[in-house]
Amino acid sequence: MTETSDITYRQALHDALRAEMTRDDSVILLGEEIGLFEGSYKITAGLLNEFGPERVRDTPISEEGFVGAAIGAAMLGMRPVVEIMTINFSLIAMDQIVNHAAKIYGMFGGQTAVPMVIRTPGGGGQQLAATHSQNLEVWYAHVPGLKVLAPSTPADAKAMLTAAIRDDDPVLLLENLSLYNTKGPVPAGEQVAEFGRAKVTVPGTDVTVVGYSRSAVIAADVARRMAGQGVSIEVVDLCSLRPLDRETVCRSAMKTGRAVVLEDDWLTYGVGAEIAATIQEGAFDYLDAPVRRVAAAEIPLPYAKSLERIALPDADALIRVIEEQLDATRFTRKEGTR
Amino acid sequence: MTEVFMPRLSDTMTEGAISQWLKAEGDTIERGDVLAEIETDKAVMDLEAYEAGVLEKILVQPGENVAIGAPIAVIGDGSGTSDVSDAEAPSVEPAPAEQDAPPSEPADDRDEAPAEPETEPAAETEPAEPEPGPVAEQAPSDGRIKATPLVRSLARSHDIDLATVRGTGPGGRIIRADIEALLGGGKPAEPEPAASAAPTAPEPQPAAAAAPTGGAPVATAQDDDERVPLSQIRKVTARRLTEAALVPVFQLTTVLDASRLNELRGEINSRLAEQGIKVSVTDLIVRAVAVALRAHPEVNASFGGDAILRHAHVNVGVAVALEDGLVVPVVKDADRKSVTAIGAEIKDLAARARAGRLKLDEMTGGTFSVSNLGMYGIDAFTAVLNPPEAAILAVGSTVDEAVVVDGEVQVRPRTRLTLTVDHRVLDGAGAAAFLRELTDLLAEPLRILV
Repeated sequence: MTETSDITYRQALHDALRAEMTRDDSVILLGEEIGLFEGSYKITAGLLNEFGPERVRDTPISEEGFVGAAIGAAMLGMRPVVEIMTINFSLIAMDQIVNHAAKIYGMFGGQTAVPMVIRTPGGGGQQLAATHSQNLEVWYAHVPGLKVLAPSTPADAKAMLTAAIRDDDPVLLLENLSLYNTKGPVPAGEQVAEFGRAKVTVPGTDVTVVGYSRSAVIAADVARRMAGQGVSIEVVDLCSLRPLDRETVCRSAMKTGRAVVLEDDWLTYGVGAEIAATIQEGAFDYLDAPVRRVAAAEIPLPYAKSLERIALPDADALIRVIEEQLDATRFTRKEGTR
Repeated sequence: MTEVFMPRLSDTMTEGAISQWLKAEGDTIERGDVLAEIETDKAVMDLEAYEAGVLEKILVQPGENVAIGAPIAVIGDGSGTSDVSDAEAPSVEPAPAEQDAPPSEPADDRDEAPAEPETEPAAETEPAEPEPGPVAEQAPSDGRIKATPLVRSLARSHDIDLATVRGTGPGGRIIRADIEALLGGGKPAEPEPAASAAPTAPEPQPAAAAAPTGGAPVATAQDDDERVPLSQIRKVTARRLTEAALVPVFQLTTVLDASRLNELRGEINSRLAEQGIKVSVTDLIVRAVAVALRAHPEVNASFGGDAILRHAHVNVGVAVALEDGLVVPVVKDADRKSVTAIGAEIKDLAARARAGRLKLDEMTGGTFSVSNLGMYGIDAFTAVLNPPEAAILAVGSTVDEAVVVDGEVQVRPRTRLTLTVDHRVLDGAGAAAFLRELTDLLAEPLRILV
C-alpha cells in the first residue's frame, strides 16, 4: 500500500515536476519568473536551487519565443515543461502551439515528436478582469495533434502532469487559479494517469453532471448537497478534453437519462456543446430530457466583484438547472429525504 | 391588450372547441363575464374573462378545435390598436393555459437563444424549460407527438402507441414518468447501458409486454365499412378503458335477495309521492355502497405505486350512458347523504351529463363506482374498473326466481351483484367481506336509512 497524504493542488504539481526532473535529466523548465521568483503561483518553488539554471530557465516576457524554444528543444530530445503564466497569455504563442507543436509530427512524416508540456492556469473569480480571467481551453481542445488535460484534484494534478511529461506528444495541462490551494489525498510515490479517461467521481442514478477542472469540483459538491434532498447525481469528471472519453460520458447518460454540463467557459461553441452532441449521438434513446448546459455569461468578465460573481457559473446556477431538468421529467425524490 | 387562451378545463383535455361566443367583437367586457362556451372532451363549460376591456377580436370561430393555450380572442382597450399580428392564428406555440400558469417560453434575453421553437434555449441562467406541472401541460395541435427519445425507445419495446399517451412534460412532451404510470406504477425496463456508445433496445418487462395499452388491436376499414369518427367523449372512453385494462383485476359475484329492498323502495315512493320524491334501486345501492365503504376503508382506496391510498371521503361514481359514450358523475360524500338526497343528486347529475353540462369537479374524485344495467334487462355482467378507483360494482336486473328458503321452494326477486377489484389493492377475502357487508345491508335495507 502506498501512503496517502493531504496536500494542495499546488504542492501536487510541484511534487510531480520535482520527481520527473529527478528521474529524467532531459526534463527542463521554461517560463516567466519561474526561477528566482519561484513562479507566479509558486509551483516551481525551490527547483532553481535544486536543479540549477541550466534546467530551470527564466525567460523573457515573450511567449512566442519561449514556447518556440521549447518546441525546438523537444524536437531535439529534451522534455521541456513550459509555464505560461495564465492561459490568456498563451494567445501570443498560438502560432507556435497550433501551427508548429501540433503539426510537426504529422507534417514531417513522424521524423520527430514534440514531447513538450505547457502548464497554464485558466479561470476567473480572482478579480483579474476580462483579459486575465478567461477559459480558453476549448481553443486547444479543438486542435488535433494536441492533448489537453484538466485535472480537478491534487491527486489527478500529480498523476496527469507526470503522464504529460512522459508523453511524446505536446500536452497542454490546464490548471486553475481557484484550485491551487485546494487540498486532497494524494498517494505518495509515482502515479501516472492514463490519457483520455474520464472519471465517475460521484456515482449516482438520477442525473449526470459533467464537469472538468473547477466545474468538476463544484459538481461533486452539488452532488453531495443534493444527495441530502433525495437526488442521486452522478458526476463525470472529464479529466481530459482531448482525447475525450465519450464512452464514459454516454454510459452515465444512459444510466440516468438526464444530463447537465457545467463548464467554466462560455456557452457558445464551448465544451458543453461538444458533450451535449456526444450524448445525443451516443445515448439518444436513453434521454428523457434535452441535455442542459450551465456556462459563463457571454460577456467579457467584469472586474467588479459583484458582477464577476454572477457572470461565472456556480453551484446555485447548477442546482437551478438540475431542478429544472428533474421537474421536466417529473422526478420523484426518494422518500424521507426532503 | 390581453390575449384570451383556450383554457384547460379538464385533466384529460388536450384541445377544445368554441361552442358559441356569447360576446361579439366590440362588446365591452367586465371581469368575470362569460365570453364563450367551450366544448371539451367531456362537457360544455363557460369561459370567463379575467380582464375587463373590449372584445376586439375573435380568433377562433364556433366549431373550430384548437389546442389548449392557443389564443382564441383579444381583449383590448377598444381603440382597436391591439397588435394581433402574432395572435391571429391559433398557434402550436405553447402558451399559458391559465392566468397563473408559468410561461411556456423562456424569457429570451440572450442573443444565443435559438430561433427554432423546438430547440432548447441556450442561456444558462434562464429556465430553458417551462415549469412542468399539470397546469402547464398541453399537447401539440399539429398532430405531432412530442416524446423524449427514451420514451420512444420504451414505446417501441413495449409496443405502446404514443398517440394514446398523455404527455405531462413541458409543452405536453411525453416523458418516462408517463410511460411508467401507464405500465401500472412499475418502472419500465431500464435500458441497460451498453458497452459501446451504440444503444441497444431495452428488453420489455414480461408483465408490461403481456398488457400493452396502445397495442390493443385496431381494425382497418374494409370496402363498405362506415367510418364513424370518434367523438371527444368516445376518444376519452377508449383511452381510459384501455388504460384500465392494464390493471390486474378479479371479479366476485353474489346474488342479492331483493325482497326487502323492493318493499322498502315501494314504501318510500308511495309515502313520499306527494312530495314528488322517488327513489330508484340505484339510489339505494349507492347509499348502501357508501355505508359499506365507510365500514371498509380498505376498499375505499387506490393503488399509489409504493403505497395504498385510503381515501378520506367516500365519493361514489354512477355510470351514465350517453348517446356517444359514458360518463361517471360522482356523488361526493355519499356516506353522509340520505337516500333521497342521493337520489335527487343522481337525477340532476345524469340529466346534466346527457346535456353535456357537467362540471369537471362533478366527474372527478370518485373513490368507487356503480354501474347498473338492470333496466336494460341484463342479468349479470362485469364492469371495467374506473382507475384509480379500486373497485366497481356491476348491478344486474332484479328477476323473480325460484329459490329454496327453509326447505321450501319460493319465488324471490333476486339481483346479481358483481364486484370488479384491483388486485393490487385488495385480495379475494377482503373484497368478499365488503361484498358480504353490502348484500347484508341491501337484504335488510333499513340500516341504510339511519
